[in-house]
Amino acid sequence: MSALLEVSDLSVEFRSRAGTVHVLDHVALSIARGETLAVVGESGSGKSVAAFSIMGILDDAARIPNGQVQFGGMDLLNANRRDLDEVRGREMAMIFQSPRTALNPIRKVGHQIEDVLRRHGPVARGDAKRRAIEALEQVRIPDPARRYDAYPFELSGGLCQRVMIAIALCCKPRLLIADEPITGLDVTTQATIMDLLAELGRETGLATLLITHDLALASQYADRIAVMHAGQVVETAPTASLFAAPRHPYTAGLMAATPTSTTSLDALESVPGRIPPLNADLPVCRFAERCPRRVAECDDPGPRFDADVQAPDHYFACRRPL
Amino acid sequence: MSGLATIAKRLLEALPTLFGVILVTFMLTRALPGDPAVFYAGPAADAESIAQVRHAMGLDRSLPVQFASYVEGLAAGDWGVSLSTGRDVTEELSRRLPASLELTLLGLLIAIVVAIPLGVLAATRPNSWVDHICRIIVTTGVSMPVFFTGLLLVYVFYYLLGWAPAPLGRLDFMHIAPDRVTGLYLVDSLIAGDVEVFRASLAHIFLPALTLGIFALAPIARMTRAAMLDVLSSDYIRTARASGLATRTVLFTYALRNALLSVLTTLGMVFSFLLGANVLVEKVFSWPGIGSFAIDALVASDYAAVQGFVLAMALLFVTLNLTIDLLYAVIDPRIRAAS
Ligand SMILES: Nc1ncnc2c1ncn2[C@@H]1O[C@H](COP(=O)(O)OP(=O)(O)OP(=O)(O)O)[C@@H](O)[C@H]1O
Ligand SMILES: [Mg+2]
Repeated sequence: MSALLEVSDLSVEFRSRAGTVHVLDHVALSIARGETLAVVGESGSGKSVAAFSIMGILDDAARIPNGQVQFGGMDLLNANRRDLDEVRGREMAMIFQSPRTALNPIRKVGHQIEDVLRRHGPVARGDAKRRAIEALEQVRIPDPARRYDAYPFELSGGLCQRVMIAIALCCKPRLLIADEPITGLDVTTQATIMDLLAELGRETGLATLLITHDLALASQYADRIAVMHAGQVVETAPTASLFAAPRHPYTAGLMAATPTSTTSLDALESVPGRIPPLNADLPVCRFAERCPRRVAECDDPGPRFDADVQAPDHYFACRRPL
Repeated sequence: MSGLATIAKRLLEALPTLFGVILVTFMLTRALPGDPAVFYAGPAADAESIAQVRHAMGLDRSLPVQFASYVEGLAAGDWGVSLSTGRDVTEELSRRLPASLELTLLGLLIAIVVAIPLGVLAATRPNSWVDHICRIIVTTGVSMPVFFTGLLLVYVFYYLLGWAPAPLGRLDFMHIAPDRVTGLYLVDSLIAGDVEVFRASLAHIFLPALTLGIFALAPIARMTRAAMLDVLSSDYIRTARASGLATRTVLFTYALRNALLSVLTTLGMVFSFLLGANVLVEKVFSWPGIGSFAIDALVASDYAAVQGFVLAMALLFVTLNLTIDLLYAVIDPRIRAAS
């Protein structure tokens, strides 16, 4: 089966005052139709940058020295702006952390949905409003006809995120990128938003790239998980396989740091050390400095990705795996 | 309806400010050097005739009494008589204010029409040639004194090139001012359907308005650029781009409208600077506005005229601030909701 989205060998660097920041290093990710892939990693591991590169919304300081992003047969990195704008919002859409600031503060939410609807297809005037209200209804916003006229500041964070989801899904895309969609929301709202996303995904056959730093959340909603550390994907596997036998020491460390029903909070230990500064010369394995299993050959150049013999779709980038 | 109530409330709130302005100008004019009684009695007057003049002008009464009678007059719409021209201050001001307003507004318009697109272009293409031009204009604009720009323009466009009429007021003697409706010649001549006078007024107002425009350009362009840069890096612009919205929509419907909120604040400030700069420009172009009137009045220790001028300015500022607040409310729903 060919993937809907295929990111391969993607590196991204930023020019900044502190020198070139090597944020992504040969990242590979793929998502099949209707699949949910979670990308998990600590803050600063490059999850958002990966998502922004896929959407083509990196800021001007970014450079992509190598890599490919294929989406439904289209080469996104080399597409021109016009073609890209046809795909963004219609075929693939994105929702962000902090939904309050992600919405235009001085435009009615209904109009913000209409802007996207109009952009991606001829819609009659009255029709646009009807479809915008339908989109609000689809994300289970109570009293959608009234909310159509609301401004973001009149809505709660949870409602704003629902509006974001409505904007993202109004043109029925095939891929949704959700960048920490529930960070900053209160706990009960978090669960309802995640359930809504899962439900809409099932209803519409939507593929989802779920970005989170929460491994437990990923295990609950994702079919597969990719673990990122300091701009490198260190392990990719189906959720069950990953949890049954993590192969990369970082993944194992994250798991030990994640609360489950059987471990108590006190038993949790965070992964020791920190992500290395990305503007310096970096070792082949960016986790090496923090790794309890480090050996001399970790510093050898050359390919590091390996597939598990027993589980062929379980990949890890480690010379001394668990 | 609540809109009207808000306006009324804001006007009431302005009353203490206005009273303060009245009090301070009254005190200041009294503290200034120069004795109007001596001035008007003439160089040949002896002490006795000066005392007579002083009595006739009411200047021998105590300050509180003078102030009370001044405020009483104001309340009745009597702003006093200008001693240097012999006419009612209100009449002088209402005759000259439109000339100043027309000049200031046109100057502001020129500045806005150039500076906002310039700021937007500079922000969307950082470090491009547009951005550099924007930076050069901003630096030049802030470093050139207004009267110098004015004189330079007169020198080039009147003296050297002969494209502009002589800098001697709103119209030359060959044209008669249009019937007064608004007092703005450009508008009144159009109302009267007199294209000839319209063209002549435009020719006369263009250089002084351009002088003010150049002065106002810099802060507006700089603010537009900064506000646009700020807005363009905001989360909702990223959302708009991720939704594939057309560049035009992202730039104008999403970014510019938000950026205008900060630009509006600057516009208010620029307008008040312009009123100050007006005084100099009116001198350079012999413009019969309230600025040149105020300078003459100040030199002649013409209390009533100076006080009238400052009060008129204060009223103008109150109106200006109110207008800006109303514009804010039009653009920003959060402010509408708060009031
Ligand atoms: N415009 C930029 N210029 C320079 N460095 C940047 C820029 N954007 C991101 N980075 C760097 O890229 C790295 C990865 O950032 P990114 O936002 O992708 O992390 P993340 O995994 O999404 O973290 P979080 O969980 O905090 O959202 C960080 O070290 C950050 O400093
Ligand atoms: Mg992030």
